[in-house]
Amino acid sequence: MKINPKEIALVEEKRKWFLPGHRLCAGCAAPIIVRQVFMALDKKPIVVTATGCLEVATTIYPYTSWRVPWIHNAFENNSATASGIEAAIKALRRKGEIHEESPIIVFGGDGATYDIGFQALSGAIERGHNFLYILYDNEAYMNTGIQRSGGTPGYAWTTTTPVGKKLKGKTQWKKPIARIVAAHRQIKYVATASPAYWTDLIKKVRKGVQANGPAFIHTFSTCPRGWRTAETKISIKIARLAVQTCYFPLWEYENGQYRLTSSSEAIAKVSKRKIPIEEFLKPQARFRHLFHPEKDQKIIKCIQNEVDKEWSILLKLTGHQLL
Amino acid sequence: MRRDVLTGEYFTEGDIACAEGAIAAGCRFFAGYPITPSSELAEHMAARLPEVDGVFIQMEDELGSMAAIIGASWTGVKAMTATSGPGFSLMQENIGLAVMTETPCVIVNIMRGGPSTGQPTKSGQQDVMQTRWGSHGDYEIIALCPSSVQEMFDLTIEAFNLSETYRVPVVVLGDEIIGHLTEKLVIPNPEEIQVVERRKPLERGNYSPFSFNPEDVPPMACFGEGFRVYATGLTHDERGKPNMSPETQTKLVKYLCDKIRENTDKIVKYKEFMVDDADLAIVTYGSPVRTALSAVKKGRKEGLKIGLLKLSVLWPFPEKAVKRVSDMVDEILVLEMNYGQILREVERIAGLGRVRFFPKFGEDLHKPSEILKFISRCGK
Repeated sequence: MKINPKEIALVEEKRKWFLPGHRLCAGCAAPIIVRQVFMALDKKPIVVTATGCLEVATTIYPYTSWRVPWIHNAFENNSATASGIEAAIKALRRKGEIHEESPIIVFGGDGATYDIGFQALSGAIERGHNFLYILYDNEAYMNTGIQRSGGTPGYAWTTTTPVGKKLKGKTQWKKPIARIVAAHRQIKYVATASPAYWTDLIKKVRKGVQANGPAFIHTFSTCPRGWRTAETKISIKIARLAVQTCYFPLWEYENGQYRLTSSSEAIAKVSKRKIPIEEFLKPQARFRHLFHPEKDQKIIKCIQNEVDKEWSILLKLTGHQLL
Repeated sequence: MRRDVLTGEYFTEGDIACAEGAIAAGCRFFAGYPITPSSELAEHMAARLPEVDGVFIQMEDELGSMAAIIGASWTGVKAMTATSGPGFSLMQENIGLAVMTETPCVIVNIMRGGPSTGQPTKSGQQDVMQTRWGSHGDYEIIALCPSSVQEMFDLTIEAFNLSETYRVPVVVLGDEIIGHLTEKLVIPNPEEIQVVERRKPLERGNYSPFSFNPEDVPPMACFGEGFRVYATGLTHDERGKPNMSPETQTKLVKYLCDKIRENTDKIVKYKEFMVDDADLAIVTYGSPVRTALSAVKKGRKEGLKIGLLKLSVLWPFPEKAVKRVSDMVDEILVLEMNYGQILREVERIAGLGRVRFFPKFGEDLHKPSEILKFISRCGK
């Protein structure tokens, strides 16, 4: 699949399905991801958005950033709403009442996907509805004020996983959500994608839309506010570090096969390209307690182990040699 | 220094006062899910409970939160969750389970504007009837309604005490204004705080974990304490065994309702203010009490004979208190931040013709001047 970045950027610039002027924070990766997703599409989508930062900050009355058919629902049911839309469109098409084809794109944050909306997502996949679910994972409930989610990594500070004498942030590691989704027999396409590797992301969105069945893309959405990063301008840099450290490897799954993509594929081939996790943790003050007042080598090693464990599972799944 | 009762004077917000009240009342388990405007309460519990050897769990949703506190309560601890409207809706099925299994627990609902996602950051009192009737089936529940930061503390303690006394879920119905309001809080000395502990069965012999006698709410043996206990959402007899007979259903449902109904006088809490010589009484609860009180004081200065009945317990409904006031005055004005919920109860007691209603939506409280204007328009 050939991607001409300039061309697709110009097309999206002209049609502007997602308008600027919204109130998402400076450095937030969510709107970047939405724009990159839209750049991949050639047909106007129907968008379903669960409650979350993206929904709240793009639709403050009397404004909206969405120049596409758009529906907000409750926190737990974006996939169920998409199921209804898809089934109804099928019926209307059967009756000859509508003719155009619109991909159904669902946006959900980590809270809406890992936690409260997981049941609806799993059900919709099992029923085989034709929709593309985009998880924008900023690794906590940022909209309500940085509470931990099933997507928050271990040892990260959040307001409900405080750092003190007894606790050093979250005590559990994050769910491998994309692999869990891939375990559904009816799923047609699963991928992870990062706004720092946007041609990779666009290719994956195209595949997801063309999958003709349930598809799921787990995107990595940097949150300067919730991750307490020093500067908002390093947002994409952190997203890149997540891939380079193998904290967030890029891969896809179709026809029963896992495949590493982009930089992650390169790291699998030349392991010295893999950067220590410390580089990813350092610029984020949600991990400050690992470096201040003194460096906590033990915890950093624990995190490195978790990263390595997940990476080795992926290497195995994608048929690479463990190096 | 004791970390459970942080005696002293504070300048803090309602959500925090509520959390401190819970810990002072002996709550050692909190399961919750983030939702504006109650998240601060969960955040405070996350930091505070480990200090008193308690447990904080953030659950995957509100269904889980409510179920977790039922499970925790059956191990013998005092347990609580906190949420707002959308989460409260999700909790309803399990609130019914808590009623059916007579599980003491406290649910804090910091109300916001609805329906649906509504106004997450703004206040409302639209969950009053949902609190009473939200779960399926016939039941009675207790709901307390604070109107200050201090009352968030005091009434949360009261909520745990009532919950343990009557083995029933108790709802603290705060609203966004009270939850996020910062004002003075006084936490008294531990010995000044009255705490009701869970009654435990003494002998194993004939112990029945449940009851059909509203005068005798049974002591509660918890899991692991050596008693035969069987807790089920099915209709059950006094031993807890499922029994589908019409007789058992009749006895059980009547008991679940009557243990609250017959003790209404002991549960209700209200305050009258300048009603004795009043021509018109304002009936209100929660944050509107604050501006209503100001309106009464202002009105009195202008020679208006108006008074106030503040309801601190909404369910069971304080019928006698409303009846008493309605018999003394010509007219009643109900103020609430919804389109008429407690209004229906007041009309039921005072009669349809004499009750006026001034609703408010969104974050706006009834301004004292608006209340007085409304009253003067009524011809008073």
